[in-house]
Amino acid sequence: MELIVFYATAAIALVSALVAVSHRNPIVNVLALVVTFFCVAVCYALLGASFLAAAQILVYAGAILVLFLFVVMLLNAPEEQAAGEPRPVQGVAGFALTAVAAIGGVLLLAAVPSAEPASPPDGHVVALGRLLVGPYLFAFELISVLLLAALVGALVLVKRKH
Amino acid sequence: MAIPTTHFVILAALLFAVGSGGVLLRRSGISILLGVELMLNAANLTFAAFARQHGQLDGQVFVFFVMAVAAAEVAVGLALLVAIYRKQQSIDVDRLNIMRW
Amino acid sequence: MWGEVAVTALKLLVVAVGMLTAVPVMVWVERRGAAFIQDRIGPNRVGPLGLFQPIIDAVKLFFKEDVTPAAVNRGLYFLAPMIAIGVALVTWIVIPFGAGHDVTLFGVPLDGVMVAPDLNVGVLYLLALSSLGVYGIVLAGWSSNNKYSLLGGLRSSAQLISYELSMTVAVLGVLMATGSLHLGDVVSYQQQHVWNAVPQFVGFVVFITAAFAETNRLPFDLAEAETELVAGYHVEYSSMKFAAFFMSEYINMVTASALIVTLFFGGWSLPGVNLTGWPGLLVSVAVFVAKVSFFLWLFVWVRWSLPRFRYDQLMTLGWKGLLPLATLNLIWVAVAMTMGWL
Repeated sequence: MELIVFYATAAIALVSALVAVSHRNPIVNVLALVVTFFCVAVCYALLGASFLAAAQILVYAGAILVLFLFVVMLLNAPEEQAAGEPRPVQGVAGFALTAVAAIGGVLLLAAVPSAEPASPPDGHVVALGRLLVGPYLFAFELISVLLLAALVGALVLVKRKH
Repeated sequence: MAIPTTHFVILAALLFAVGSGGVLLRRSGISILLGVELMLNAANLTFAAFARQHGQLDGQVFVFFVMAVAAAEVAVGLALLVAIYRKQQSIDVDRLNIMRW
Repeated sequence: MWGEVAVTALKLLVVAVGMLTAVPVMVWVERRGAAFIQDRIGPNRVGPLGLFQPIIDAVKLFFKEDVTPAAVNRGLYFLAPMIAIGVALVTWIVIPFGAGHDVTLFGVPLDGVMVAPDLNVGVLYLLALSSLGVYGIVLAGWSSNNKYSLLGGLRSSAQLISYELSMTVAVLGVLMATGSLHLGDVVSYQQQHVWNAVPQFVGFVVFITAAFAETNRLPFDLAEAETELVAGYHVEYSSMKFAAFFMSEYINMVTASALIVTLFFGGWSLPGVNLTGWPGLLVSVAVFVAKVSFFLWLFVWVRWSLPRFRYDQLMTLGWKGLLPLATLNLIWVAVAMTMGWL
């Protein structure tokens, strides 16, 4: 049952990811990515990380991609022209990367005996919170400084000089 | 029965490859940023998968951090795009060939 | 197994029927309320006190011609109203709308009557889904290929992102006091202590203001703003597609009121009332409905009493007014908890 859900989710995620990077219309790109991130959230839920699933939708689908949509509409970004300078190196690199990922995946499936995963500890949200303000306190504070810096930086970048 | 961790890792690898393809091949600045987001998500999925594999929550904490960094990155990245668009009415990265603007 | 399925289906049915009856009733309340506030009579021709007016309206909307303008982006134009109403409906599965102590149905305990009682990140789920509602509005605005629609969609996306922040921070105060993300725990905490609106009054004010902005209601209905943007994001929609947006606005109102009640006004609980079994269930549901109705009336009352904000005023209020206040509330809760006052 869970496997069926996983395969369906994975298929949808891959197809929508391909649409997200290949379609010419930027709005369609963003919407396809919303679908992909939704599928990733389902994967988190399958992994037993319900907090991450909710945070994924809240942060990515609810905030980051809305911001993308906002900017696409604000700039009224035109559809990308088909003909441009050809990019042989990047194309080869992209295909090589995909091939490596696929071959590596097959090798991984063949080589690794599927170890029974240990069940994660209980009380997810509470435990996660304790980790955040315990062992990872310094990183947590750094993140808040980083977010503040990004906020100020974004403001400075888009502010018009009068 | 639980889904093997390898499945998640392979899905993450494929998503990462697709995302990097987008970053390498697209010319619109917005699509490049979207590709970066996809790559970050793929990495997140691996973190979460291995967190379950080892029965520890540290991987999930990392996902949390990556989400925060992604949010910061998007805010600055989109602000840059808006600034660039105001300068030259285009977000095509191929046209960004002057260092001083 | 089958008992659980049956009970869940029954709960879903109750919620869906409840929401779909709440919409026409609210439309009637809105029109009669507006008339009352403006010293008019309001709709009074169809049925007693005009009560059947919404039914006639619904029939009218069904039979209107469904116009699809030529230059719209068809897929997204059709998708947008579906997103709007779908998202509005699914948020309800984590809201506890009645006490279910010692009540079983088909052998399944009804503890804390909500559709998905096991979802232990209920509040996060709710915030996440309600943040998706913006896609309906933004896509409608963009796909209509109309300047006014686009402006409405743009305004709405900026407004929702800005106010979601203060809303979430206001909710954080409640979650800190409760120590759980489960809405059932939030209610039982308030039952044992005091309604959150008392110690966290500032948080409540921030939350209710942000709720008005999130539901695109006056004084924050800049996405519609009929006097400047004609009708904003749904200018190009007609017939049932328009009705879908219209209904989603009212359903969102009901959800927002239910959230205000659950987070700050004790949910289904009433101090001094401790009934169990079926009487407890019925009384608690009645209490919940009564509380929600009061806040729904507040939505109508405010709409017809306050003028619309200007766009820059809206942003100033959100970022310079509500966000600092919400943070202040959070600090106050933290201090109060450290000192043992809460």
